[in-house]
Amino acid sequence: MDDFLVRALVGGCGVAAVAGPLGAFVVWRRMAFFGSTLSHSALLGVALGFLLGINLNVGIFAVCAMIALSLVAMQRRARLSDDTLLGILAHATLALGLIALAFMETQRVDLMSYLFGDVLAISANDIAMIYLGGALVIAALAWLWRPLLSATVHEELASVEGVPVTAVNLAFMVLLAVVVALAMKVVGVLLVTSLIIIPAAAARRFARSPEQMAVLAGVLGCGAVAGGLWGSVVLDTPSGPSIVVAAFALFLLATAMPPLMQPR
Amino acid sequence: MNITARHAGTLVEARGITVSRGGNVILASVDVTVGAGEIVTLIGPNGAGKTTVVRVMLGLLKPDRGSVWRRDGLAIGYMPQHIHIDSTLPLTVGRFLTLGAKCRRGEAEARAALDEVGAAAVMETPVQAASGGEFRRILLARALLRDPDMLVLDEPCQGIDVNGQAELYRLITRIRDRRRCGVLMVSHDLHLVMADTDKVVCLNHHVCCAGHPESVTNDPAYIALFGKQVASTIAVYHHEHDHDHAADGHVVPLGRGAVPDHDRGQAHDPQGEHNAHG
Repeated sequence: MDDFLVRALVGGCGVAAVAGPLGAFVVWRRMAFFGSTLSHSALLGVALGFLLGINLNVGIFAVCAMIALSLVAMQRRARLSDDTLLGILAHATLALGLIALAFMETQRVDLMSYLFGDVLAISANDIAMIYLGGALVIAALAWLWRPLLSATVHEELASVEGVPVTAVNLAFMVLLAVVVALAMKVVGVLLVTSLIIIPAAAARRFARSPEQMAVLAGVLGCGAVAGGLWGSVVLDTPSGPSIVVAAFALFLLATAMPPLMQPR
Repeated sequence: MNITARHAGTLVEARGITVSRGGNVILASVDVTVGAGEIVTLIGPNGAGKTTVVRVMLGLLKPDRGSVWRRDGLAIGYMPQHIHIDSTLPLTVGRFLTLGAKCRRGEAEARAALDEVGAAAVMETPVQAASGGEFRRILLARALLRDPDMLVLDEPCQGIDVNGQAELYRLITRIRDRRRCGVLMVSHDLHLVMADTDKVVCLNHHVCCAGHPESVTNDPAYIALFGKQVASTIAVYHHEHDHDHAADGHVVPLGRGAVPDHDRGQAHDPQGEHNAHG
């Protein structure tokens, strides 16, 4: 196997292993559109990264975290429904990002690689970044697990039982912003959400506890990365979309299969 | 109701609670006090602000004016009115219970709490598969796992048929008798609640009247709010039962129901003065 393929596999699996467990929470909390909004705004982060000459991941994370926070603030004031707010933010930030990048024509920005990922060009540095960031996210998620699950089930009940719900929710959004930043290189801003939610949705049929679903989502995500890369080599298809199609195929397969374990 | 002096047994005391939203006054200077071992029931028409009172007393909502005093270290068991758990979350009833328990209590405690509310059979089932009646009991069990000094129950009998409601109210009374905890309850089911309630607070954005159920039902403000017809049904309601119901609703012989050893008929006693273990 070629070096770049090994790097792509290692990096892609690192992202998928983190995106899966977080994706489980996104699915449980019905935040798929929120994740999508974060990833659309990531392009603005790329532009910010170029503009300030900082690491692109850091730029993406900064913009995503800012979008998440401003969304919370807007939810409190605005009279618009959540999905309308998300729709406004998603496309406004994407358009802003596209315009900002257009101004950087001189830098020969490869727009396609940001929109749809460029996992075959992943470097050893990128991999280090993915595993460092990924380890931090998993550690934080493990620490937050119980209060986050409690707040996911019912916010007011959790609050009465002593869970600092607002802080926990904000922390979750920040973790999601980190994952979007890490995943962008693999599948690009337009497809990031799929790597977060499709493996988690596919895992639902086979999971009997929240923990099982989270772990299985990570495993299925890795399967999707491997399958997509294989398909992309054999059929000479673009790698990012191939990974998403592989995840979708896993999801269809999981949906068609009878559940392996029935509840007792 | 004299609330100027705080009694030693007071668990929570809300005074002069005023809440407005978007120019509408939801609560105007509402006083509610709950003491140890006391069942306080909030009644009132839809949109009267009952749930808002509950949220203020729980500390979930900061009132625009007024104050809420809670006894130091007060443990509250809360049963919300609505709870929707997404079907994508694989969660058994047992896990749902331990999730809310104080400092990682085990399955044994969860099972005991389910037993106490007569729903032990559902321990391993997915929480979304529980029926309306089972789920209310599961929520009550989760509240009990907090070892509460006070139970706060927002429409505990929502979505349960009238027989099941009577059972659940009897169960709540028995839990109060056994644990000596205070109970703050929101209810629509006037005729079922009255019997076991120590104090009724009749709410319609302000406290229309409050006090012992008997005095409240004769209060002109109460009759004006609910109408003479409804007000008079309270004493009339009587329900003969020659069988019991398990938590899932199927018929079982007397005394074998989800609510063991219940003292039949007492919940229908409009005087509300009785000893549940009598």
